Amino acid sequence: MTNTERFSLSMRLFHWGMAALILAMLTAGLLMVASLDGWQLTVLTVHKVFGVIAVLLVSARFINRLSQRIPALPDELTQWQKTAARLSHWLLYGLMFAMPVSGYLMQYFGARPIDVFGWFRLPAALNVDIHNYALFRELHSLLAIALIGIVMLHISAALHHHFIRKDKVLKSML
Amino acid sequence: MALLLTPAIALATESPAKVTAQQFVDLQQGNTVYPGFRRAHAKGMCVSGEFRSNGQLSAYSTATVFQRGVMPFTGRLSIAGNNPTAPDLKAPVRSLALSFAMSSTQQWRLAMNTPPVMAVADPHTFYQQIQAIQAGPAAIKQFFAEHPESKEFLTWAAQYEASGSFASETYNSINAFYLINPDGKRQAVRWAIQPTVAVAATDMQGANALQNEMASRVLAGNVVFDWVFTLADVTDDENNATKAWPDSRQNITAGQIVINSTSAQLEGGCHAINFDPLVLPTGIEATADPILRARSSAYAESYRRRATEQLTGAFKEPKND
Repeated sequence: MTNTERFSLSMRLFHWGMAALILAMLTAGLLMVASLDGWQLTVLTVHKVFGVIAVLLVSARFINRLSQRIPALPDELTQWQKTAARLSHWLLYGLMFAMPVSGYLMQYFGARPIDVFGWFRLPAALNVDIHNYALFRELHSLLAIALIGIVMLHISAALHHHFIRKDKVLKSML
Repeated sequence: MALLLTPAIALATESPAKVTAQQFVDLQQGNTVYPGFRRAHAKGMCVSGEFRSNGQLSAYSTATVFQRGVMPFTGRLSIAGNNPTAPDLKAPVRSLALSFAMSSTQQWRLAMNTPPVMAVADPHTFYQQIQAIQAGPAAIKQFFAEHPESKEFLTWAAQYEASGSFASETYNSINAFYLINPDGKRQAVRWAIQPTVAVAATDMQGANALQNEMASRVLAGNVVFDWVFTLADVTDDENNATKAWPDSRQNITAGQIVINSTSAQLEGGCHAINFDPLVLPTGIEATADPILRARSSAYAESYRRRATEQLTGAFKEPKND
């Protein structure tokens, strides 16, 4: 596909920036749905705003990804391993879009406008649609669980390449 | 002497065991789950009507609802408890919830109860209070004895007499909120939706006594309440729902709440709504009151459960016995 050894600076920045954002969002999500404490509202408010930022970031990242050359997968990998690697990366992109979109839609159908730091508000339905609320509320959770799973797979694969196979896959993103 | 005092001090300073939103809603719903219904205040009726704002509060808040004019609402009158078919007259607490859908970006939900204050100041202690209520009279007596902050609530409860109508109750915000004026200045407030009629509780019968009374009352004419806001002083603690503010505080009547129609809760527009008091429009903000903050997450858990039950078809309309 290409002969570059390392991902471009913009791709590395997107990768690590979004890695931090995704970990923060998943952690916040898991903690805030269980908490009755005062910080819950604050974290929830920030979670929604960061969701707006996330959808903008992943859009820019996706365009950037399509416009750039990326390092080839190691030749030693079997065909199915290469397919799995590519598939898992497209799944990650899909989930990075689906998480904020499902989050917004559950707020939309719950008729809960999202306030972005008091600057502006994202619109919501005027009247609650409880069925669609339930659909996107549960979808948001299921997608989060899927994202946690695939992120763990992604991290395990990166560590496997680095420590077991001792190839350049992890280094290409550093 | 010091030894004798130690347990009392320990009780006063020990922070309660923390519970999650899931544990809280588990306790509220009890052993019998009514799929598709609210886990608390399960029994209610839908109402609708309008808020006739006199414009008095527009100097204190930029919320469009306070400008002089008329704003329609969808509301719900309910009683405390987990059972959607419970007898109306046995419940200790009655409630009014309102939802103002002003625009696609401005919504306001309000959930108000007959008591003006809480017995406890945080959700974890509130959990213990519900446990004590469920355990019986001896347990609740002991709980209140161990929680001196419940004094104002008990004083209110001792003099409160349930009236003969939803129309003749006072519904309190309990928690405080901030009104934000055009200059960005904030004012802590509480409010009460006060009746304009007095109805004695006589000769009432049947599980749906209050709902039937309200339905026929509204058929005969509008039911009107005054919406009265109380402005906190700098010396008042807006973050403690167990303490009422002195009677000398300034009151402002913002207008009238007019109910002009009622319907069964499964037929009206109120059943789908989560009356989360932290759905606020521009111009109104939440205080740090731990009870207020916790209400939002507990309501969200209750709402998620019943919404998902409706989606999956677990929801069943119970027979009214």
